[in-house]
Amino acid sequence: MEIIKPLIQYLAVIILSPLLLGLINRVKAKFAGRRGQPLLQLYFDLYKLSYKTPVYSRTTTWLFRAGPVIGLSAILCALAALPFAGRPGFLAFDGDFIFLIYLLGLGRFFTVLAALDTGSSFEGMGASREVQFAVFSEPAFFLALAALSKATGKLSLSGMFLALEPASWQAAAPALLLLTAALFIILLAENSRVPVDDPNTHLELTMIHEVMVLDHSGPDLAYILYGAALKLWFFGALIASAVLPRHSGSWLYDGAAFLGMMAVIAAAIGTVESVMARLRMIKVQYLLMGALVFSILALLFQTGR
Amino acid sequence: MSIPLVPLENIPFLPMEEFTRTVTGKLRSGGRAAVFFAMPEAGAFRLVMAIAFDLEGRLEFLSTAAAGSFPSLTPELPQLHLFEREIYELTGLKPEGHPWLKPVRFTGAAARPGVAEFFRVHGSEVHEVAVGPVHAGVIEPGHFRFQCYGEKVFQLEIALGYQHRGVERRLAAGPDARGIHYAETLAGDTTAGHAWAYCETIETLCGAAVPARAQVLRAIMLELERLANHTGDLGALSGDVAYLPTASFCGRLRGDFLNMTALICGNRFGRNMFRPGGVNFDLDAALAKELKARLDAAFRDAENAVALLWETNSVVDRFDATGLLLADAARGLGLVGPVARACGIPLDTRRNFPFGPYHDFTLSASGRGDVYARAYVRWAEMQKSAQLVDAWLDALPGGPVAAECGPLRPGSAAMSLIEGWRGQICHAAVTDDAGRFRYYKVVDPSFRNWVGLAMALRNGEISDFPLCNKSFNLSYCGHDL
Repeated sequence: MEIIKPLIQYLAVIILSPLLLGLINRVKAKFAGRRGQPLLQLYFDLYKLSYKTPVYSRTTTWLFRAGPVIGLSAILCALAALPFAGRPGFLAFDGDFIFLIYLLGLGRFFTVLAALDTGSSFEGMGASREVQFAVFSEPAFFLALAALSKATGKLSLSGMFLALEPASWQAAAPALLLLTAALFIILLAENSRVPVDDPNTHLELTMIHEVMVLDHSGPDLAYILYGAALKLWFFGALIASAVLPRHSGSWLYDGAAFLGMMAVIAAAIGTVESVMARLRMIKVQYLLMGALVFSILALLFQTGR
Repeated sequence: MSIPLVPLENIPFLPMEEFTRTVTGKLRSGGRAAVFFAMPEAGAFRLVMAIAFDLEGRLEFLSTAAAGSFPSLTPELPQLHLFEREIYELTGLKPEGHPWLKPVRFTGAAARPGVAEFFRVHGSEVHEVAVGPVHAGVIEPGHFRFQCYGEKVFQLEIALGYQHRGVERRLAAGPDARGIHYAETLAGDTTAGHAWAYCETIETLCGAAVPARAQVLRAIMLELERLANHTGDLGALSGDVAYLPTASFCGRLRGDFLNMTALICGNRFGRNMFRPGGVNFDLDAALAKELKARLDAAFRDAENAVALLWETNSVVDRFDATGLLLADAARGLGLVGPVARACGIPLDTRRNFPFGPYHDFTLSASGRGDVYARAYVRWAEMQKSAQLVDAWLDALPGGPVAAECGPLRPGSAAMSLIEGWRGQICHAAVTDDAGRFRYYKVVDPSFRNWVGLAMALRNGEISDFPLCNKSFNLSYCGHDL
């Protein structure tokens, strides 16, 4: 029985992730006075892409094909260690948060290599931007999780969120607030959302993440899109777990509350995207530095206690 | 005041040396070359230039004879760079000393658009980014070559010509019944502007007096075209910075203005409204009332949608100081339209060379030449256009809507200047002894302004290019003709 529930949770994540993007798009459409695309659009897209024949440029090597596969595998692995509604993921172990960060780093590294492999100037530019912004968002992410670890005294991500109680918010509100804010900024940056990137633009010169995957097609592109949806879930779940510390003990009730929180986060992302413009590329780093500073402060508050 | 007919023999015909000296002097003291072309004459060519003194509202014509080559004035007067390249491409007359002599539109059987030398910056860390001619969006083809250092753009070179249709040459075969339709589609979104310029050229040549009612109806079409396009531009600018509300509203409102155009003449782009001598469709009182109601509603919505732009800090921050174009550069390159006015250059054909019903037109030209200024100038012009249309609909002059056009006067030159929504449109025609066109020349504002975009990108960020491009929003086929 103890293996079944984590598996069901994992399955739920794998199935529900693409729905988050549908929700975001729906919120944006409401703001714009449009009807919007179907909630399940990404599922349709993934299905369509899955049976298409990919096209590979003669200038690319195995790296180009490996990028999407490794990217998807890395995030699938990471999700296995992620707690769900306060329940540990089945891959949880002490120190797993460092492992997770490296898994995401590995996915990014291969996405960047695959982009560089095409030799296209657009993709090179995107790779350069991706890496430049990762320089700020990775340490911010690392320190945010370190602060959380310090606040809860646990070394595994599942342990941290399990130990997180309403009382922790009373005891360490500034630190938790700061790290939640940092996580939200990192979520926007890592998932190429406004104000860092614009997921809807068709203008290659302004893209960060999207431009790196321009040459992928067919199932490879499906892996990338699906991987992106999973990554959004990953960061959303961290925030949802941080702001929902109360656990009733009922698996169904906690699960429903958690899913509801994920929907709220999707709506929040959609709202941010609807009410503000994108940042100028050179100012993105200031936003990410803000996230880094939040994380550092959160860690400092906890260390001083 | 439209520009009077000029008998060909009245155009000063100077020796080359004097022509060069005079042109240099005049263009340096407040003149701007409105048009410069080479017309075949007696086995050689005649170079003709019209110089517009914008502040005084005065035009001067000069000409000289040339065969084989002529001294390039571009090193002294950068505003002539594209005119000289065009002359070289069309006639083979070589402007000696032109610093960057390459084809403009790649005409001729052997020429392939975009296949030419490009300016290069050397260095191990400099990289080149080539964009187009096939783009991700549904836009016209054009090729952009960036020389970058990281995200910084050292130089942008724009190569166009993919849309060349030979429409100028076809117009020169007229005047005929199809001429007006070619004019209407010279640049698809500037139907009223080019159609008016074409009609006025013909009317000047045949001495027709356009009735007052037709003039006002033409101006209504022109201002509706301006409203629709400026609305679309502000929405597109908003979309480019991922600010959804204004982008969505303006997308709809542009359609509302286009639909008003369709109410008048049955076509959303204003096709078939203009004809030499007047217009094809009249407005009755009921339609005028309907248009007024629609204009009020659409403009009020536009006011709300556009106000969001100036009230949203993230948008202002994105627009501000992006794509700076200095007034000196804009003046030196002879830029026109909202782009020039956003640099503080007080040039608007409606005021400097009034045509149609534009009397006492006042304009405000201010701004520092960034994307913000180009957006704001558009909004200021929309307010002005809405006022004008509103007032005209209240007090339409009576009378007929068209006059007959007789035969063209032989051996004459005529020119018309119209302020289209992108800027000054210039049509010039010369007739032969039989009263047919001997030469026809079109200068779309895009022909002048594309180089301004390249300048605005210098030392800017490559990620700002789409936004800058949208703030200029130039026509490819207006340039390529």
